Amino acid sequence: MTVNQVSVFIENRQGRLGEVLHVLKENGVNILSISLADTTEYGLLRLIVNEPERARDVLLEAGFSSMLTEVIIIKVPHTPGALQNILALIAEKNVNIEYMYGLSASANDASIVMKTNELDLALEVLRAQSIGTMSNEELMEL
Amino acid sequence: MIWSKNETLERKELEALQTERLIATVERAYRLVAPYREKMDKAGISPSDIKSLADLSRLPLIKKQDLRDNYPFGLFAVPKERLVRIHASSGTTGKPTVVGYTAADMEIWSECVARIAAAGGASSDDIAQICFGYGMFTGALGLHYGLEKIGATIVPSSTGNSEKQIMYMKDFGTTLLVATPSYALRLAEVAGDMGLVPREDLSVRVALVGSELLTDAMREEMHKAWGEDILVTTNYGMSELMGPGVSGECLSHNGMHINEDFFIPEIIDPKTGEVLPEGEWGELVVTCLNKEALPLIRYRTGDITRLSYEKCSCGRTTCRMDNPAGRSDDMLKIRGVNVFPSQIEEIVLGVSGLGPHYEIIVEREGYSDKLTVRVELARATDSFRELEAIEREVRGKLRITLGLDAAVKLESPNTLQRFEGKAKRVRDMRKEDKK
Repeated sequence: MTVNQVSVFIENRQGRLGEVLHVLKENGVNILSISLADTTEYGLLRLIVNEPERARDVLLEAGFSSMLTEVIIIKVPHTPGALQNILALIAEKNVNIEYMYGLSASANDASIVMKTNELDLALEVLRAQSIGTMSNEELMEL
Repeated sequence: MIWSKNETLERKELEALQTERLIATVERAYRLVAPYREKMDKAGISPSDIKSLADLSRLPLIKKQDLRDNYPFGLFAVPKERLVRIHASSGTTGKPTVVGYTAADMEIWSECVARIAAAGGASSDDIAQICFGYGMFTGALGLHYGLEKIGATIVPSSTGNSEKQIMYMKDFGTTLLVATPSYALRLAEVAGDMGLVPREDLSVRVALVGSELLTDAMREEMHKAWGEDILVTTNYGMSELMGPGVSGECLSHNGMHINEDFFIPEIIDPKTGEVLPEGEWGELVVTCLNKEALPLIRYRTGDITRLSYEKCSCGRTTCRMDNPAGRSDDMLKIRGVNVFPSQIEEIVLGVSGLGPHYEIIVEREGYSDKLTVRVELARATDSFRELEAIEREVRGKLRITLGLDAAVKLESPNTLQRFEGKAKRVRDMRKEDKK
């Protein structure tokens, strides 16, 4: 299962991140996780939110270059090496991981957001190993 | 359609007409305009020395500064009472340049604009919406009178209030749009914001764009925005010479036909003032014929172009000028390299993933010049690789075309300023540093 992430281009200028967050707040969008990767000139803001489509639309309307990207959220058990095992299996299939960031931690596991070049192939590997992934519906309940 | 038989004269016939008009024009200017008399006396030439077109190059050149020095009416050849119209160009520095028209001048002006509008695809059936700023600027009223002469229905909507412009277009069934290329693109954006698809929901079939350079890439953007079928033609003029109507593109899209029975073109080396042979790039110099109020002789336009006298497939025999490659005064000198903003525009428009708007910033960094080009992303992405590829492409093309390393700055959509009139896309901070 994949979920929709909101990706936003922002220039490295004072207050730009704040503007994005302000638009989301004004429209009652709840942010579940956030990752900001940057270069010297600009950054890509990646957000897991409760209403991704609406978040993208209100950001586009506010003049931000934003889009939805399909990502996988995996639930990694609290065992040393658990994540490394999963990644090794994915790497065996020649699937590249483009980026990862944390979503949340519960008593049993930690949820991690992952973007790969071959989503279906990655999902296949995960299913075969009975590694849980999160759906859009589950996200809404967080 | 060819509006006047004077557009298809044999070269010999045309030259006879030009010679006769040139002799009369020089004689009149010498007799009635003191600054011309002084310039010609200083150059040791009298009206009787002008017997043929070959003698034209013996006459002194005049510049925009001469108009400023004689502000407002010093170069006029008629008393104020005979003027029926005054226009002025915005003077960003110092006094504006003022131009005047007699009733006969207005006739010539309408005739010249009618010709270039007809060449550019206009007809009496058109509903022509003029989205140039009305007022002291000659563009709007020039096209207005010319299109009216053709018999088109004029919608003088001027600039501004873009939503209302689109409403008029839709409700009146506008078929012909007059605007700067950048405003025409802006209008398509606004139509999109209003939920309209220009090619489906509007009836615009011809765009007569002007007052700003139309590059090939910009023409392509126009087709993307307004539909493949739209006819985009451009034309050339300047208020000093008369306004629009000096030259215009025909449907062959192969340069702009000059109304040679009213304007004699020459190309000079901007540094030496020497006349260059046909086909060479240089500064356009124009002599206006039969103009009563403001007879300009060998006026330096500041525009860099070239001429071709080859016969055009459209049937007109008049000389064609290329789209100006820049202005001799817009030319930027960056690290010793001559750069025309139009070259940068061409590159930006040719890169997929970028919008048509851009800004050029030139700064002084230590002892060297730094060129930065700001561009807008046209589509969203989640990938740094894609962003870097766009930057690399722009930088690479700038290096190949200009031989310069530039910084490229990606911006969110709608970040850069939009212009309704002439776009100001260059910020040369080196000038500010010097102050």
